[in-house]
Amino acid sequence: MVEVKQLTGVETIATLFARAREQNRAAFLPYFPIGYPTYETSLDAIQAMAEAGVDGFEIGVPFSDPLADGPTIQAATQIALENGVTVRKCLDAIQTLRGRGVTQPMLLMSYLNPLLAYGVDRFVLDAKAVGADGLIVPDLPPEEAALVADACAREGLALVFFLAPTSSDERITLVNRYATGFIYVVSLTGVTGARTELPPDLREFITRVRAKADKPLVLGFGISTPEQASSMNGLVDGFIVGSALVKAGREGVDAVRELAARLRRALD
Amino acid sequence: MMAYIQTDTTSVPDARGYYGEFGGRFVPETLIPALDELTAAYHEAMNDPAFQQRLADLQATYTGRPTPITYAKRLSEHLGGAQIYLKREDLAHTGAHKINNALGQALLAQRMGKQRVVAETGAGQHGVASATASALLGLDCHVYMGTVDIARQQPNVFRMKLLGAEVIPVESGSKTLKDAINEAIRDWVTNVRETFYLLGSALGPHPYPMMVRDFQSVIGVEARRQIVELAGRLPDACIACVGGGSNAIGLFHAFRDDERVDLIGVEAGGHGIDGGEHAARFADPDIGRPGVLHGTRSFVMQDTDGQIVNTHSVSAGLDYASVGPEHAYLRAQERAYYTYATDEEALAAFQTLCRLEGIIPALESSHAVAEVIKRAPHMPKDSIILVNLSGRGDKDLDTVMRELKLNG
Repeated sequence: MVEVKQLTGVETIATLFARAREQNRAAFLPYFPIGYPTYETSLDAIQAMAEAGVDGFEIGVPFSDPLADGPTIQAATQIALENGVTVRKCLDAIQTLRGRGVTQPMLLMSYLNPLLAYGVDRFVLDAKAVGADGLIVPDLPPEEAALVADACAREGLALVFFLAPTSSDERITLVNRYATGFIYVVSLTGVTGARTELPPDLREFITRVRAKADKPLVLGFGISTPEQASSMNGLVDGFIVGSALVKAGREGVDAVRELAARLRRALD
Repeated sequence: MMAYIQTDTTSVPDARGYYGEFGGRFVPETLIPALDELTAAYHEAMNDPAFQQRLADLQATYTGRPTPITYAKRLSEHLGGAQIYLKREDLAHTGAHKINNALGQALLAQRMGKQRVVAETGAGQHGVASATASALLGLDCHVYMGTVDIARQQPNVFRMKLLGAEVIPVESGSKTLKDAINEAIRDWVTNVRETFYLLGSALGPHPYPMMVRDFQSVIGVEARRQIVELAGRLPDACIACVGGGSNAIGLFHAFRDDERVDLIGVEAGGHGIDGGEHAARFADPDIGRPGVLHGTRSFVMQDTDGQIVNTHSVSAGLDYASVGPEHAYLRAQERAYYTYATDEEALAAFQTLCRLEGIIPALESSHAVAEVIKRAPHMPKDSIILVNLSGRGDKDLDTVMRELKLNG
């Protein structure tokens, strides 16, 4: 049974950042795709990370043509599709995880076409019903967002938009106006995947975004190590790790739990 | 003097890149500023007489434009109906219409100060055209190509390498054009500041469908003038094959306001519609539905869950899961009509054109010829079909030899 939520998705996500801020640290939001390496293992991995004290989740819906993703997530989501994962099964996964006591905010990350095929309005309603808090759509810029944004606003789900190092000051203002929940700040020009070093001009870029945006900033792309994680404190409101956790997922749930715990501890 | 390429001659796309409900820009944020920059640079270039003149000169002295139209006398007699005229894009330098767009975009890359060019290719014709234009202008060219396509288009792979381009094999997904586009976009996202993405068909995010159409519109502008000179009037039908749809939109564009001219696009019917092994986006409502792929909203071949399905065609250039958004629009407007030809019909048309006209067509263009073969006998003898022979078939000889052996 799903508990009746008192707060909307947007409000739930706001409390996540408030708590991290009280503790003077950045929030840690891992990404993990449903269905990798198997459906069951992906649920166990997410549950293990929840128990390790992460602050929230990006739950990956697999897509055949993930053009913002690097080789690690491409390969993982391809396997998830071969394992028969559908949009519906991703929604079921969230319901199951809520049933197992996962309380952290969960945002679904999906490319647009699977949402269109499912029906955007129906998807948003069902996402809310299973206990999701928001939606991240990497190929949906604010200019094209009306359809999805209206449905999310009606149901109180967050709709996250992206900023990249190439975004102009005008676009920072635009994205800040549209984004609910937080702004996903892409650390570099590129696709997802672990990098040994973050770009040297990252601090400058974040300062430029801060000057125009008042929504929480969550940094993603390229972050994989505890050292990189601890450097997020004071820089951004939160950060996402994906590919490194997916790689750990190859070895099993324990490896995911361990890496998530190390990344989380690095923030204290 | 009239500009070489006329822009803004139609109401579509609108400022947001929409053709009715199709088109738009569905790409990661990183690319949006690059697309804005490209759109601005494109409009500026087209309004610069020096740029237009440079393109016109290259098209005349390098590509060999205007390409002729050929009256296909023996084919017309053989079919016993409509008189058939071939627009000979196969005679353009590099052997296909792709050079029209590659030259235009490469000149634009140079003007924007982007030294590095990435491109995708299916049949290899756009890759060869991009490599050629890059060699001509001194740009560094990197071409993504699926390994399935590399295997079936070896001569073009070798051509690209001779022309100094790097050919990067793509192993992901179906290892064909769709996946080559994914990789080219990923490269562009990564190297966006110094890289120009030279997209080969009338698809992708705005402004690409518009820009590619405009650069290819020279096909229809020439053909419209030529058919009037040669046959004394406009054709009754224009026929072209449609993969992404750049040769078709290039032909159709000049005839759009000629309401009595039927515009007919021919998709790849592969092994037939029933088994789902085809690339006929408009012909199979079970899997061809509106959706978003590669940055644009159009008809997309997908399963019920919105996953893009694998396509099949004997011709690599038509083997693609989506179609340019303007074709979806022209179809919705009922201005253009779309049909398909199977692998078998295309191979038969290929041989017919070889034997009756002494022209070896590309397998892509053979799909258009297949529709001519079906349609012409039912048309009166004084009617006229103009078919776009979008490319030459030298690149397909291995495939055709293999297929004909298989089919006895």
